[in-house]
Amino acid sequence: MAHQTERQATTAPPKLRLEGLSKRYGAVTALEPSNLQVNAGEFLTLLGPSGSGKTTLLQLISGLTEISAGQILIDGRDQSNTLVHQRDIGLVFQHYALFPHLTVAENIEFPLKMRGVTRDEIKQRLARALEMVHLEELAARFPRELSGGQQQRVALARCFVYKPSIILMDEPLGALDKKLRDQMQIEIKRLHRESGATIIYVTHDQDEALAMSDRICLMNKARIEQVDTPHEIYNRPKSAFAADFIGISNIFRGTAIDGPHGVRITTPSGDFIPPAGTAPGMASCALVIRPEHIRIGAGTANTARGGVYEIVYAGSETRVLVALPGEQRVIIRLPPGNAVPQIKETITFSWEPDAAVVVP
Amino acid sequence: MTAGAIVAHAPARRRLFPSSLWLVVPGILFLLLFFVLPVMRLLTLSFQDPTTGAWSLASYWHIVKTDVYIRVLGITFSISGYTAIFSVLLGYPVAYWLARMPERQRGPLLLLVMIPFWTSYLVKTFAWTIMLGRAGVINTLLMSLGIISEPLSLIHNRFGVMVGMVHSMTPLAVVTMLPVMIGIDRSLVDAAKTLGATPAHAFWTVYFKLSLPGLTAAGLLVFISSLGFFIVPALLGGRLDTMLAQLIITQVQELLNWSFAGALAAMMLAAALLSCWVYDRMFGLSSISGQSGQESASRLRLVAQHVLHALASVSARLADLMRAVIGGQGTARLLPAAVWLVLGFLILPTLVVVPVAFTSSQFLDFPPPGYSLRWFDTYFSSQLWISATVRSFLVATVTAVLATAIGGFSALALARSQSRWNGLIFGFFLAPLIVPRIIIAVGLFYLFAQMGLVATNAGLIIGHTVLAVPFTFVTMAAVLKSYDWRLDQAAATLGANRLSTLTQVTIPLLKGGIVAALLFAFITSFDELTIAIFISGGITTTLPKQMWDDMILQLNPTLAAVSVVVSVVITAVLLAAERFRRPA
Repeated sequence: MAHQTERQATTAPPKLRLEGLSKRYGAVTALEPSNLQVNAGEFLTLLGPSGSGKTTLLQLISGLTEISAGQILIDGRDQSNTLVHQRDIGLVFQHYALFPHLTVAENIEFPLKMRGVTRDEIKQRLARALEMVHLEELAARFPRELSGGQQQRVALARCFVYKPSIILMDEPLGALDKKLRDQMQIEIKRLHRESGATIIYVTHDQDEALAMSDRICLMNKARIEQVDTPHEIYNRPKSAFAADFIGISNIFRGTAIDGPHGVRITTPSGDFIPPAGTAPGMASCALVIRPEHIRIGAGTANTARGGVYEIVYAGSETRVLVALPGEQRVIIRLPPGNAVPQIKETITFSWEPDAAVVVP
Repeated sequence: MTAGAIVAHAPARRRLFPSSLWLVVPGILFLLLFFVLPVMRLLTLSFQDPTTGAWSLASYWHIVKTDVYIRVLGITFSISGYTAIFSVLLGYPVAYWLARMPERQRGPLLLLVMIPFWTSYLVKTFAWTIMLGRAGVINTLLMSLGIISEPLSLIHNRFGVMVGMVHSMTPLAVVTMLPVMIGIDRSLVDAAKTLGATPAHAFWTVYFKLSLPGLTAAGLLVFISSLGFFIVPALLGGRLDTMLAQLIITQVQELLNWSFAGALAAMMLAAALLSCWVYDRMFGLSSISGQSGQESASRLRLVAQHVLHALASVSARLADLMRAVIGGQGTARLLPAAVWLVLGFLILPTLVVVPVAFTSSQFLDFPPPGYSLRWFDTYFSSQLWISATVRSFLVATVTAVLATAIGGFSALALARSQSRWNGLIFGFFLAPLIVPRIIIAVGLFYLFAQMGLVATNAGLIIGHTVLAVPFTFVTMAAVLKSYDWRLDQAAATLGANRLSTLTQVTIPLLKGGIVAALLFAFITSFDELTIAIFISGGITTTLPKQMWDDMILQLNPTLAAVSVVVSVVITAVLLAAERFRRPA
């Protein structure tokens, strides 16, 4: 498809570029000035806790909310002040926003009619869209006669049918139960692959973000915290917030000091060796270790001791929760087959310096 | 039933605490006795010969063959129909504007509609006589500005009636449309826009379509209420604007022709029920309460969609034109401007009674030549006015308690029961709203004459309670709908018995709704004229009845003073209701 060839061409402008985009409501800042690039055919997720600005960002891109400052460029053209209905953006709403007075088919035809597409072509594209989401038999039904998953599919078909330049999805799976959600995640990934569409997807569910995205745009407190691939953002978080929000992290706050044996991170729980290449002189930093990188028993480099206060069995793994002197808590992930300690037992655990990450 | 064997095994106390639906029985009996029976009796009277009591169609024959009655029927339908159309046209933008507001801002602004909604029809109509008269506010203003040299005749003609009717009914239209509009998911309009619809297309093909049940319900209610109106045509209309209700009053009060009054009432009721039936066929009556009705047949749907598309295209052009002429900013201000104009129309004319109440003159001239308290003096020192006021307070207070008890228990019964009769019972409790008041009043008059309740407080209280029950019922039903019954279960598991659950958990949480229901019932009674015209008489008169008698006899500044008193009482009660209705 056209999208794919564009992706290879390095000279083509990015599908979407935001420059210094911001939103203010009186004294309240809903979005700090932000920059972001999304490439054609990319699946980008806006991830963050509620109130982090991700929905605001989505609304600004869609044009439903007026921008306070900055620019929105789509395919290199400034669309900052284009009216919603002329912007050629698709938006899948959180609660689907299907028109209750129109049938499934009429809902899907709606954007085509608004664009003055000929009757024959409407018919063809409707048939294709229905086929794409496997709803051929339900075309004459009204939305209220459908299950949640089916309504979701109609919403997707209504959006994909007119091939908007960018598709925005606002927590589209939020109202579905876990099993259906997993199923729809796969469905959306398939639609993305088959259509080559550029998708910006909002969620507060980190697992969903990790599973679906080409890149994740992590947001916190009305600004963009980090934009990276799921792999990078999980393994190389750039802030304590990123480390904490995505997956489970053990975070030791301290200072990086250059000592006789090299750089050490001094924390209330002891001095630890940071990964190679850590610069000294950070007055306040955090050492982040993922639970799966910690093993029980003494090690050669970083070792600590603490009392086990809880054991959580989670099927594929067992989590051991350890309390260290002071307020520090540590979670250790034990794969099946490992010996599980007892509650109140004092254990020694360790990790390799290079398995940790230092963040400001 | 074959349930006997099963019931025998059930614990005996099951029978002591039967289904909560039984709580609705007193309410149903009350309405059967004082609403259904009198209305039915009046209708059967219409088929009886007034002297012999034998079955006869003479009264109907009399209507058909007398020009005058057919003409009055025509006038009544045409005034009611135009009133419905204009009230909906004026009310729609206001309801749309209110529905768009965030809930916190909507509350106070809604009062701007609720105050005119509850303001006495007598006060509103009296205010228009001051506004529209030959030496009234409008004529004085236009003459002093030199726009006209001769006073315009704005009153005692169709124009005066229409102004008064639309002014009286627009708040009802807004209040009826509003719940439907609030129930429309705003994101549907956003969705339409992102899908490529212009704002005009998004409005007409989505929002307007979804608001249609509310719009037609408003038209229906206004039409039905207008059918039974007599205050406005009596005071603002000429001889050619006589409406059906005025004829009925004459037949009963002056000619004592029950059969003929019954036949006229039957015509009115038939028109009311017919319009309800048509509405029910098209939208389903349930859509009044904001639930989505069924979709109509597919051919009709397609036609409707095409019409809406055409409307959208036309208004999209118009909007483009407006933007070209007055700019985007100016176009965006059109809606608030229109809304404030309507709100001004609803509120300002009524305020004219305030300066007039303080006039030093004998007449209702405006602006007053000087100011004094003499008319308030006249009011407060008049035995007649004061005893009427005291009676109104007394009757309204008892009515409030009685109507709230009946409406509250009935709403509670329905909220707690899953019976398939629920829908029917719900409709039954709203029925006194759909039957024109004049019919209920005349029916009750006949019944009370036989029971010896005419000119008694008890008669007034019963009549007012019939009218107030729909309001208390709806208010309580709304509160109970959002009540979380798991709290009762929680109280039970924590060791509370049924009585302490009721007194310690349920009633404290429902307090707001109960107070609001009491106050609405109070206003309904305090402001009630139709029943009072027949049931109260001689020295046992109520405040609205005393005002009405004065207005018919001679308009005078005392009426302005009384209007101020009545308006102050009603506004105060309304503000109190608004305060209590909102949960703390």
